[in-house]
Amino acid sequence: MKETNRAAGSRAGAAAAAPHGRWNAYWVGAGIGVLSWVAFAVVNQPLGISTALSAASGVCALPVMGVEGVAQNAYWAKTPFKWDGGMLFLVGTFLGSFLSAWTSRTWRWEIVPSTWAGRFGSSGGKRLAAAFIGGAIIMYGARLAGGCTSGHGISGSLQLALSSWTFFLTMFGSGVVTAWLLFRRHSRSGRQ
Amino acid sequence: MDFPVSAELARWLAIPMGLVFGLLLHRGGVADYNVIVNQFRLRDFTVLKVMFTAILVGGVGVLLLRMSGHAEYHIKPANMLGVVLGAGLFGIGMVLYGYCPGTGVAAMATGSLHALVGFLGMLAGGVAYALSFPWVESHIQSVGKLGKVRLPELTGVPDWGWFVILAGIAAVVFWFIETRGGRSAAGQEHSQ
Repeated sequence: MKETNRAAGSRAGAAAAAPHGRWNAYWVGAGIGVLSWVAFAVVNQPLGISTALSAASGVCALPVMGVEGVAQNAYWAKTPFKWDGGMLFLVGTFLGSFLSAWTSRTWRWEIVPSTWAGRFGSSGGKRLAAAFIGGAIIMYGARLAGGCTSGHGISGSLQLALSSWTFFLTMFGSGVVTAWLLFRRHSRSGRQ
Repeated sequence: MDFPVSAELARWLAIPMGLVFGLLLHRGGVADYNVIVNQFRLRDFTVLKVMFTAILVGGVGVLLLRMSGHAEYHIKPANMLGVVLGAGLFGIGMVLYGYCPGTGVAAMATGSLHALVGFLGMLAGGVAYALSFPWVESHIQSVGKLGKVRLPELTGVPDWGWFVILAGIAAVVFWFIETRGGRSAAGQEHSQ
């Protein structure tokens, strides 16, 4: 519980109590598996997130590159922004999580989560900078690999695709090494 | 292949499917920075439990659907250099950000401001990829192109054999986590 005291995030109060309404991880996984059946058999599009996100990034480049510039980019020409199933799925994911947090009364502002605070302190700027850089790296990696934890990790792995299992294992190994490098020094005090 | 709904209806079905996905991510605890980072620190196995169960349940179901002619595969091509480099970056980014693209979107909806900042980072990463796309296509995605390969064709082990192997690995690993190795992990689920 040491970590709770030093947590600067607004989630600190909740850290001591059990999260409301959390479900068993195996049942949640099974639920995502069943959702995949629907994705394959009904809408004929596997669950995925990062393709729609990268298409959305084209919209952000509009003010700088202009409509022509974005349209002429070879990548965005291939995956232009449109309100297709992938984009609407992204919107649905946001709304579903919002409703879940709202109904379980776990919605709260958070800037510095407790695990981060336990290692790097309570500076919000530091945490936000890491989140931005991490976000940029993860998205570049997702596009380079052709998918993310959803599209490769779950949808691709369940089809036993070579690309997806390569992604899953490499991503996990890279993450474990990164976490070890980032958190090793204070690993003791990081525990609760 | 004929699917039960029109393309237009499939597009709108993406919203309720996203709602379910977002709900499951949040209730499963994987929209929580601490849960994800502690997976990579090997202290909380929620992420692997969710993903592996989703792969097994989803995979067996989709296999049966495909065998009975109700689904088709969507295999991502194995451009091995791109997949390995991308997955390596993805792991680094996921630990820094503390979310993957899907769980980041879900976390944003629960009030996580650092997830929102990381989301902007993901858009920036998407822009960076689009700008570097022509070079990446010719220098990276062209290396180690194995195509849309699946593990069964590659190894000669049939689909069901793979699922038996994966289920066996999952059973052993999760049994270990839930009993001997998992004391801290199980406790962590409710103490973050």
